[in-house]
Amino acid sequence: MKKILLVLAVLGGMGLLQWALTAFLLDGPVRQGPYYYQILMLAGINVILAVSLNLTNGITGQFSIGHAGFFAIGAYVAASVSVYAGPTLQGSLAGLPSFAADSVLLLVASAAGVAAAAAAGWLVGMPSLRLRGDYLAIVTLGFGEIIRVLILNIDAVGGARGFTGIPRYSNFFWVGLGVVAAISTVRHIVRSSHGRALLSIREDEIAAQAMGVAVTRHKVTAFVIGAAFAGLAGSLFGHFTMYLHTNSFTFVKSFEIIIMIALGGLGSLAGAALGAVVLTVLPELFRGFAEYRMVIYALALILIMIYRPQGLLGKGRFLGRGKDK
Amino acid sequence: MTAFLQQLLNGLSLGSIYALVALGYTMVYGVLRLINFAHGDVYMLGAFAGYYASKLLHGRLNGGLPEAAVILVVSMIACALVGMLIERLAYRPVRRASRLTLLIVAIGVSLLIENLAQIFFGADPKFFPQILPERMFEWRGVLFTNQQILVLATAVLLMAALTLFIRRTRTGKAMRAVAHNPDAARLMGINVNSIISLTFALGSALAAAGGILVSLNQPSIDPLMGLMTGIKAFVAAVLGGIGSIPGAVLGGLILGLAETFVAGYGSSTYRDAIAFFILIIILLCKPEGLLGKGQVEKV
Repeated sequence: MKKILLVLAVLGGMGLLQWALTAFLLDGPVRQGPYYYQILMLAGINVILAVSLNLTNGITGQFSIGHAGFFAIGAYVAASVSVYAGPTLQGSLAGLPSFAADSVLLLVASAAGVAAAAAAGWLVGMPSLRLRGDYLAIVTLGFGEIIRVLILNIDAVGGARGFTGIPRYSNFFWVGLGVVAAISTVRHIVRSSHGRALLSIREDEIAAQAMGVAVTRHKVTAFVIGAAFAGLAGSLFGHFTMYLHTNSFTFVKSFEIIIMIALGGLGSLAGAALGAVVLTVLPELFRGFAEYRMVIYALALILIMIYRPQGLLGKGRFLGRGKDK
Repeated sequence: MTAFLQQLLNGLSLGSIYALVALGYTMVYGVLRLINFAHGDVYMLGAFAGYYASKLLHGRLNGGLPEAAVILVVSMIACALVGMLIERLAYRPVRRASRLTLLIVAIGVSLLIENLAQIFFGADPKFFPQILPERMFEWRGVLFTNQQILVLATAVLLMAALTLFIRRTRTGKAMRAVAHNPDAARLMGINVNSIISLTFALGSALAAAGGILVSLNQPSIDPLMGLMTGIKAFVAAVLGGIGSIPGAVLGGLILGLAETFVAGYGSSTYRDAIAFFILIIILLCKPEGLLGKGQVEKV
């Protein structure tokens, strides 16, 4: 009962927020309102990405640098469903009011995107997670680039021209729900026995195995859940920008997500979310320095790792420095 | 048959470049247990060092082999210094931290080099000067160029020199000792810091040689050229058994041959995917690599 009330409260809250945002930013009195709305949307999508990558990189202590690949799969698969299967589905939903029909279509497309990203996560994670963390890093890096090259060569999704004509189904209501879903899922995992297994793997893989933790199975599960949320973020992204190009999914995007969680503190949920928001808003404030953005990111990453490896919000309980809580 | 021999030659020439870069990965992995992500970028810096050196030298040496040799040496020295600098500034402070921290720092260094290079060199491709005019030879229908021979000869020479150095000299022995067990090596009076520094210098110099040799063949160089080659060379090192020097050479050659044959007989679109495919297969079947020794992780 309490849970149902909570879900209703979240739904109502997001609905109210969406109504307020539409009234003030999109149709309302605020100058450049749509621009702020866009930043808000992107921040939300980045929070989903950062929180989901944190499950693998922060909580399990593995290292994936191909999150943009799963983001891309989710975006392209969901967008293809909307573009190619959407009209047929729309016909069968003709009786519903337009916002309900849009929501159903978004949910169907997102489900496809999430499923595809999760399947890809399993394919990538299965061979590489059996081994030590550094193999995952290189496999995911290669995977991210190859997905991009493959998409570039598929003509049905626009190839090098980019994928146009995607309907705009997502709004802050859905992104907000996605953020809540990602954060609460990861929170629940961390507090479950699965989460304790993940933390034990992070702290000492050999000891965890000796205690009977099925190391590979737990690692792969966490990785697949992370990939699935990246797919969700992709679907929400595609249905917001209405246009997809592989340039949004290069390794630079993967690094951006890594820097978000490293800045906030690997393994810290609030840190990941905060890092995502900060790194979405800051580049908008410093547009003049766009050229130096990646240089600054890279330097920040090195300096954080040397001087404060637990990140800004980490509690010094990462990488065997001190005990968990 | 001629087509086969032709592909074989092209594959060996490409593979020897992967082998040169893979050696750096494997050597650094041997002493630090670190995948040096910045290694591919050192290879890129090697090509650019050669590019600027040849601009400076232009007209003073009238082309040909001597100029190519001077450029090769200059670029190898420059990259050896860069490699030592990277190790000193970025890796040494976190050497005692967890491997994950080290890995993240390595990624940061790679990103930093790539983006600084884009600012300083410009993001668009540059054309490496034609130091050695291409000449074609034919032997029973197989076409080969003087550049391919130079690539093969230089690669073989450098690998032979490296093997001799590691097997026959005292410093080489110290290097093997550090790779085997850094703490024990330190107790035996080996200066571990300077050996690690030297390993970075050697690996980076070999990567620079790879960068120059590639640019002689394919003269278009850009700041991101190290990314794919870096990944592929790493795959080559894993294929041969990471930490094993003959393994890196073998892995490089196999990868080069595999890529050339796939591009020659299949489709060139999937040329870049083959390395990834090999990596997955090797991780599934024989994660210690072809020549690597299976190691049990100890507490």
